Amino acid sequence: MLSRVANSVYWMCRYIERAENVARFISVNLNLLLDLPLEEGHQWQPLISITGDRAQFEEKYGSCTQENVIKFLTFDKDYPNSIISCLQNARESARSVREIISSEMWEQLNRFYIEVKEAEESGFAQNDPHKFFLMIKMRGHMFTGLLYSTMSHGEAWHFAKMGLMLERADKISRILDVKYFMLLPKAEFVGAPYDNLQWAAVLKSVSAHDMYRKIFHRISPKQVADFLIFDTEFPRSIRHCISDALFSLHKITGTPQGSARNRAEKILGRLQADMDYTDIDEVLEFGMHDYLDALQVRLNQVGDEISTTFFKLVPLNSELTNQQ
Amino acid sequence: MNFSNYQTDGFFDELFYENGSPRPGAQLLIQKIESLSRESLMTKQQAAEVMLLQMGITFAVYGNDEGSEKIFPFDVLPRIVDGSEWTQIEAGLKQRIFALNAFIEDIYNKKQILKDRIIPEELILSSKAYRQECIGFSPPHKIWCHVTGTDLIRDRDGKFYVLEDNLRCPSGVSYVLENRQVLKRTFPQVFEASKVRPVDDYPNRLLETLEHLAPQNVLSPRIGVLTPGIYNSAYFEHSFLARQMGVELVQGQDLVVQNGFVHMLTTKGLQRIDVLYRRIDDDFIDPLAFRPDSMLGVPGLMEVYKAGKIAMANAPGTGIADDKVIYAYVPEIIKYYTGEEPILPNVPTYICSDPKDQAYVLANLDKLVVKAANESGGYGMLIGPHSTREEQSIFAGLIRENPRNYMAQPTIDLSRAPTIVDGAIAGRHVDLRPYILYGKEIYVVPGGLTRVALRKGSLVVNSSQGGGSKDTWVVDGASEAGS
Repeated sequence: MLSRVANSVYWMCRYIERAENVARFISVNLNLLLDLPLEEGHQWQPLISITGDRAQFEEKYGSCTQENVIKFLTFDKDYPNSIISCLQNARESARSVREIISSEMWEQLNRFYIEVKEAEESGFAQNDPHKFFLMIKMRGHMFTGLLYSTMSHGEAWHFAKMGLMLERADKISRILDVKYFMLLPKAEFVGAPYDNLQWAAVLKSVSAHDMYRKIFHRISPKQVADFLIFDTEFPRSIRHCISDALFSLHKITGTPQGSARNRAEKILGRLQADMDYTDIDEVLEFGMHDYLDALQVRLNQVGDEISTTFFKLVPLNSELTNQQ
Repeated sequence: MNFSNYQTDGFFDELFYENGSPRPGAQLLIQKIESLSRESLMTKQQAAEVMLLQMGITFAVYGNDEGSEKIFPFDVLPRIVDGSEWTQIEAGLKQRIFALNAFIEDIYNKKQILKDRIIPEELILSSKAYRQECIGFSPPHKIWCHVTGTDLIRDRDGKFYVLEDNLRCPSGVSYVLENRQVLKRTFPQVFEASKVRPVDDYPNRLLETLEHLAPQNVLSPRIGVLTPGIYNSAYFEHSFLARQMGVELVQGQDLVVQNGFVHMLTTKGLQRIDVLYRRIDDDFIDPLAFRPDSMLGVPGLMEVYKAGKIAMANAPGTGIADDKVIYAYVPEIIKYYTGEEPILPNVPTYICSDPKDQAYVLANLDKLVVKAANESGGYGMLIGPHSTREEQSIFAGLIRENPRNYMAQPTIDLSRAPTIVDGAIAGRHVDLRPYILYGKEIYVVPGGLTRVALRKGSLVVNSSQGGGSKDTWVVDGASEAGS
């Protein structure tokens, strides 16, 4: 298929997943607020810190109030990773590949974008943020559902799924990172009922609560991290996302599983192997933050290699063009 | 909803005779509409609009950052053309396209028609659409204009005239196909009983036309629709046709010239492409051959094309035949290449480079329609009776400055058709754009796009100027239906 088309399909899904995960970030915080008497002003700052765009935020908005943070992460068109910017990019990508995706997917995405835009104008997002971010999550789920059930599972679809999975792996690691950072140092909460409530909120924010309970029954920070990083069956665990992305990558190239013919396959395959042979105790020993940070760096490398291998084809000898 | 208040106002009406009785082929439709309440007709109109929106038959409205999409206004009352009348139109179009194609081949090669002084040579050489790059070149099977959308109009006398030949990248055929899908569901019984000739074969025929162009030694040619991209107002159509034919939709940035061939950049490396249905104007297809600032084209494409390693529809250079001044000579062109009289007449045309015509045009600017030779979409036009003195004097200046670039025609009172406007039925002016494919043979889509000027009294039907569209039914067996 055309490189441009593969690129658009891949990014369409990455952007939608990104938008959905920003909503998850925010909603986990909203849930925590309901459960926890944290001092005003502190619980929203980590959300800005992890974006890496703190300077941009502070210049425009100043302090990390709930209102400012939600505005920045959701509706700021100048901020490229805000929900509205992601949806706009996804929609532009989709428009250029409408002959590739199903009309159901296009219509869903179109409606998604329009609803978010209208939610700002009508004040819905500000007045009932819980419901608003739940709506975004549901729209995201619906899009993914349509991706699976209305589009042929061919090459384009595997590009879409690969984009989705890599984005998801990255964002799960970030949610975990920021929550670990926020929650763990508070020694006074450990073992307290608060602790359970908070980690339950984290699990709920990534739609993992029920599935987690089936495996570990009781909530503990270590096991939550174990579940979200290493579980083989839960579709939002990092390990699951990586192996699913790798599966699609091999479907695209036709390279047999377990071998590699290009840099992207090599790096992603190695990452999967590392995850297969690492456990949560080693992660804690290494340091949760450092581990997740290194993981994000490797995921970025995978993204770069996919881009060079498939999207940025450069003709070897463009000077030949003028010769005949 | 009855038509008792419907007035033809002295214009030729597509569905009614002057005395109010239905024309051949329209009886069933009119009976049906009269049996419906006003509400249920409006419900049908709304349902059709929703269907078009859901099918994604939209054009993007840019300019604001909303990127909202709108449907091309659509009217559920079809325009009906009687089968026997259509047979005449079809024969006329085939004759005209055959002759225009022979003309293009001739002026880029032997130039016989110029040597025989049928057309003044400097008229050709001075046309912006005459491409030096194509001189001495013949495309595969000597076919230049593979896809044409000819604009026809009817005057008060009910006679069809050719208003314009669009031989570059005529658009609108996707609306013909989609309008039909919608109307079949809007009036299923009437549609079936009226024996409407099908239009659905168009994508297949277009694909055959394109395959016919592929280099002989290529067994299964790879074909692409070349689009300027999502910001083009006809992008929906490009994407639609690519989907219907099952071929690639490519942009200039997807193509690269290497080793004498054109290749697509794909996830599996370079892949050769053999035929392009290009929906980009000549000026922009190759920055090395034409406009160097074009970002839409493929550098080196023309070289490959002239070496016969890729085919293009329509061939670069065809635009010369729809130069609005050359248009005046088309009746002569038809006689010259076919030895026959034109079946479809031209609208009388005054050529401003002719001193006698020019004097007449300048004296009658308030009555005439003045057009620039190489504009389309309703731009660069003066509609005399609807213009101000000031506009007229601007055009007088333009004509004196560059007479070659202008021609004028009498204002034609376009025929009208019943159209739903603000919850009522009123007569609105229409034209007709049939689509013609030139492959192994010449094929005319039965019917075509009926464009309607929705504003009261307006004669401009272009979508860019507030026009809408209707489905066009070519109806056979009109006499039985009427009995």
